[in-house]
Amino acid sequence: MNHVVQCEKVTKIFEQGLIKVNALTDVDLAIEKAEFICLSGPSGSGKSTLLNMIGGLDTPTSGEVYIDGEEIDELNKSELADLRLHKIGFVFQAYNLIPVLSAQENIEMVMQMQGVSKKERNEKSSAILEEVGLQGMEKRIPPELSGGQQQRVAVARAIVSRPSLVLADEPTANLDSVTANKLIDLMLQMNEIHKTTFIISTHDPMIMQRSKKLVKLHDGRIIDIT
Amino acid sequence: MNSFLLIFSLAWRNLWRNKRRTLVILLAIVLGVWAMIVTAAFMRGMIFQMLEDTVDNLAGHVQIHHSQYLDDPVINNSFDPDSHTISRITHDPRVLMWSDRIRLPAVVLSERETTGITMLGVNPARESKISFIGKSVVEGRFLNSSSDTGIVIGQALADKLETRLGKRIVLMSQDINNEIADRGFRIVGIYDAPLDPTEKAFVFVGKETAAKMVGLKGAISEIVLRLHDTDMVTPLVTEMDQLDHTIDVMSWLEVEPYLELMIQMMDTSMFIWYLIVFLAMAFGIINTLLMAVFERTREFGLFQALGQKPRFILFQVWLEAILMIIVGLLAGNFLSWISVMATGDGIDVSVFARGMEMINMSNIIPFVITFNDLMIANITVAVLGMLTGLYPAWRASRLVPADAITRI
Ligand SMILES: Nc1ncnc2c1ncn2[C@@H]1O[C@H](COP(=O)(O)OP(=O)(O)O)[C@@H](O)[C@H]1O
Ligand SMILES: [Mg+2]
Repeated sequence: MNHVVQCEKVTKIFEQGLIKVNALTDVDLAIEKAEFICLSGPSGSGKSTLLNMIGGLDTPTSGEVYIDGEEIDELNKSELADLRLHKIGFVFQAYNLIPVLSAQENIEMVMQMQGVSKKERNEKSSAILEEVGLQGMEKRIPPELSGGQQQRVAVARAIVSRPSLVLADEPTANLDSVTANKLIDLMLQMNEIHKTTFIISTHDPMIMQRSKKLVKLHDGRIIDIT
Repeated sequence: MNSFLLIFSLAWRNLWRNKRRTLVILLAIVLGVWAMIVTAAFMRGMIFQMLEDTVDNLAGHVQIHHSQYLDDPVINNSFDPDSHTISRITHDPRVLMWSDRIRLPAVVLSERETTGITMLGVNPARESKISFIGKSVVEGRFLNSSSDTGIVIGQALADKLETRLGKRIVLMSQDINNEIADRGFRIVGIYDAPLDPTEKAFVFVGKETAAKMVGLKGAISEIVLRLHDTDMVTPLVTEMDQLDHTIDVMSWLEVEPYLELMIQMMDTSMFIWYLIVFLAMAFGIINTLLMAVFERTREFGLFQALGQKPRFILFQVWLEAILMIIVGLLAGNFLSWISVMATGDGIDVSVFARGMEMINMSNIIPFVITFNDLMIANITVAVLGMLTGLYPAWRASRLVPADAITRI
């Protein structure tokens, strides 16, 4: 199996008291290495829920999710954490960074958990900070960075240890269009250079245009793949 | 190791993230620790002072009597101070000093008053080293020798008898034939003891003079001993009491049994006090940490998304609590040390002196910090505090990442 991600009939039902919400219904999706996919759909269509299932942050009500051929439903919490640590990078809409750590420390944090030596961490984090255009800002803590800069640090952190997959949930939603475009440029560039698979959710049409593959969600179902 | 360093710096920085909140809770820990240590030191000081007073108050560490003396303190229940047993005890290397006494109930008559007292016939050289009397004569002088014919009485007794230095008083007691024996003494000294009851109860005369008065030939009523170390009291007493069944060797605690009871009571109440202080503290620690955990819910979700295991999150929050407790303990111990240093000899409790005299205590209570009390206070806070910190930490580690992240 050479799929990085494979979803088979993934269904998620949220129960809030007596009300049941079908956030995802029978989602089938296969994603190959180095793809750059945009997950689009209106608010409430299930984009975040699908990304959470793929990243193992939540478990499907039924159906299976495979990462690099491994069924993640079979993993316990600790194994899931290891899977995320080594194979998946996350970028969220906002508040991606640990506030008490500097930009460089935020980037090195993941490598530190992986047990990478200090020297290697330093080299890699400096290099990636330069790649995302943030040289000179290594020592700044998140409140001292703009929204766009924070998202760049988050992208840098997500890709620095070369994961199989980066999941970005509306990474540009809090950014102005110029900054948003630059962030997409950056992610496309990282996809080209490092062959990292990206899945980005958005409801911004401008970003949908720039993606290589577009998956449209509506009411928890995939209605179109182009 | 890598992870530990990361977790340590996260915990340390998070601790100072909300400085005001951390300082408030630190203050609670510091004050709690301070209250524990200082109260312990004060109570220890009170016990220490009580024991010292008791020892000074003629009891010594160890006492030797005729085996019948305590039941019936009459002249015939006396013993020979030159016997083999006695000299073995007084020559024991653990003994620092000793004093032999003729101790008899007597009646004192002045020109105006009559009252019952205890007459102590002493060897002044030895007695002045072992009991308070050596430093307590405030008017006139202490006795010169065992055959001094003067008498030294307490200030309070002089007032009661309406007599003074240089006047004569008469002592009456029983002699060895159960006849009334009496003798006039000139007051050569007035002493001032820590406690009024002592001043009213005891008069000092020369041992030879007392012996002549009641017809004793060489025998004495008691010997009191002071040892180098209070820890040696029990072993010495146990060993020596078996030597000769006609004499009774006992420790100060047997003489004043309420003291031992008091010590036990203080230990118990100290422990209860620790628990109360700690409960107040624990409440603060739990609240603060739960609040911190709640505020950082999203962050814990993020940590999990980045691949941190639940147990690392648990450890991260726990370490934050532990660091807080360590800082609090250090500051609390330091503050205690400063306050104990600052009080010097002790605190003057003469405002409460009336109450204190009832339990046989003087007015200055020294702070006594023992290693044991320090350890108990610190270990109580450290161990219980760490257990307390575990709950918020556990709550943080139990968050479901997806839920935690959606919460902004
Ligand atoms: N934790 C939850 N509990 C209950 N309902 C939820 C929860 N998360 C999402 N939903 C519901 O599931 C649906 C899909 O949500 P979501 O995946 O967040 O959509 P999107 O990210 O596309 O806006 C929505 O109807 C939302 O209300
Ligand atoms: Mg969403």
